[in-house]
Amino acid sequence: MNGPLRHARHLIRVAALFVGLFVVFLFAKAALVPKDFGLYGHYRPSALAANTTRELSYAGRAACVDCHSDVEESRKGSKHARIGCEACHGPLARHAADPGAQAPVKPDPRAFCLGCHAQNVARPATFKQVDAEHAQGEPCSTCHGPHAPEKGPKP
Amino acid sequence: MDPAALPVVQGFLYPNEAELQWSILIVLYPFLTGLVAGAFILASLARVFNVHEVRPTYRLALLSALAFLIVAPLPLQLHLGHPERAFEMYLTPHTTSAMAMFGFVYLWYLLAVLLLEIWLDYRKSIVLWAREKTGLTRRFYKLLTLGVDDIGPEALDLDDRAGRFITIVGIPSAFLLHGYVGFIFGSIKANPWWSTPLMPVVFLFSAIVSGIALVLLVYMATSALRGKAVDMACLDTIGRYLLYAFLVDFAVETLDLAHRMYEADESFKSLDFMVRTKLYFSHIVVQIVLGMFVPIAILGLVQLVKLSERARRGLYAVAAALTLIGIFAMRWNVVIGGQLFSKSFLGYTTYKLELAHREGLGPAILLMLLPFLILWVLVKLFPPWEEEDEAISPVRAGRPS
Repeated sequence: MNGPLRHARHLIRVAALFVGLFVVFLFAKAALVPKDFGLYGHYRPSALAANTTRELSYAGRAACVDCHSDVEESRKGSKHARIGCEACHGPLARHAADPGAQAPVKPDPRAFCLGCHAQNVARPATFKQVDAEHAQGEPCSTCHGPHAPEKGPKP
Repeated sequence: MDPAALPVVQGFLYPNEAELQWSILIVLYPFLTGLVAGAFILASLARVFNVHEVRPTYRLALLSALAFLIVAPLPLQLHLGHPERAFEMYLTPHTTSAMAMFGFVYLWYLLAVLLLEIWLDYRKSIVLWAREKTGLTRRFYKLLTLGVDDIGPEALDLDDRAGRFITIVGIPSAFLLHGYVGFIFGSIKANPWWSTPLMPVVFLFSAIVSGIALVLLVYMATSALRGKAVDMACLDTIGRYLLYAFLVDFAVETLDLAHRMYEADESFKSLDFMVRTKLYFSHIVVQIVLGMFVPIAILGLVQLVKLSERARRGLYAVAAALTLIGIFAMRWNVVIGGQLFSKSFLGYTTYKLELAHREGLGPAILLMLLPFLILWVLVKLFPPWEEEDEAISPVRAGRPS
């Protein structure tokens, strides 16, 4: 190279390197960013459709009640009546399809209850809370059936 | 909320406040970026402001900045998990997210400022090494020459001018890099401990202080390891600039404090109580007394009293080490302190630091050691020492520019 830039070859090369890297980046961006990204906002709209193709984990309350209507009956009128079955027993779609394929989770009858009912100043005062001494180490289910705690132990 | 967290809670907290979401790793991130920005500012003293005395640390400061900049995003990635997704912030930039935009600030500083400046300053050395070395190292240096081995006076003059221009751009970039870290905290209006427009300025000056202290210590340590005498004129000058930066930092932090105290908004009592109790040791004792008053006193003493070289070296080392501890404490008090009090101003929680945990003390120590390992490799590949070749670096050789 001649002319005034003949001593600037290294600077031209480093500039070319930067431009090259930027072009590679543009290609990578074109290849990697999903086509519909940003159509309605900062997300990929087809993610919704993609999610519907995933296998279901939760069966839903109606499926539980089909077989376990006695439990549903026992919960009526209780503060726990509106809690979803699978909130405590875990996702059970496979169990609903074939009861032998998956066993429902049986939560720990003390630690699990404290997840919601341990005394905490941040909880509303009207929400039932217990301190560490309340059950003297006994499982909560000794006195409170988990499906309807107000009605005493589970029959 | 984890019931195990309850014993460490005092008073009234909202449910999401008992556990801290930003751990020691988030403390490390502003600390590391601060060291980068500060080291670069020290290097710019030699390059742009023609402070010839600090020339022996010029290249060392740049390599230190690079080593720490490479590690700076790692604590964030360890905290967030899924490091493979980090690149997505460049692919689909979220322009309204302050944190996401930091990715661009970081990239600009790494590629357009630091790497370019180091490359330009080392180019003559790289070309010479590519000629002298053999085997794989030769190929490595050859690759870095980009196939141009023109080290004639015209080409070097161009390098010098380009390097000087990049440093001039680099100074506001370094301000932006660390000012931005302060902005990320300062712009969180829901948190009165963080939310102040002074935050970027406070972060910036504390960054300059910590970076200068780091380079001073690294320079002294590397000189001792190599069995070389420390250039006392250089050390005295760095010590003087450290004092100046410290005084500005002190003034800005005092201004921030005075502003908070006079304004005394609804959060003040709660924050004041926190500083007097939970943060007393890390804020008052470590950050302010040990990390600021003592180093300022030591550096001031050196200015006022005629001391032997040995005594000055010792005092500089102590002052710089205390400075680094103090600035780390400042980052700790900002990040952790900002999460200890309830937004109700009626309660406090406690930070429990685990040891062997993804966000514990163990990884934090490793992440703090990693830049030194990288610096060691960089120093092996690109020796920054003066005796390597006085004429190699135009800046170090004191060429007029």
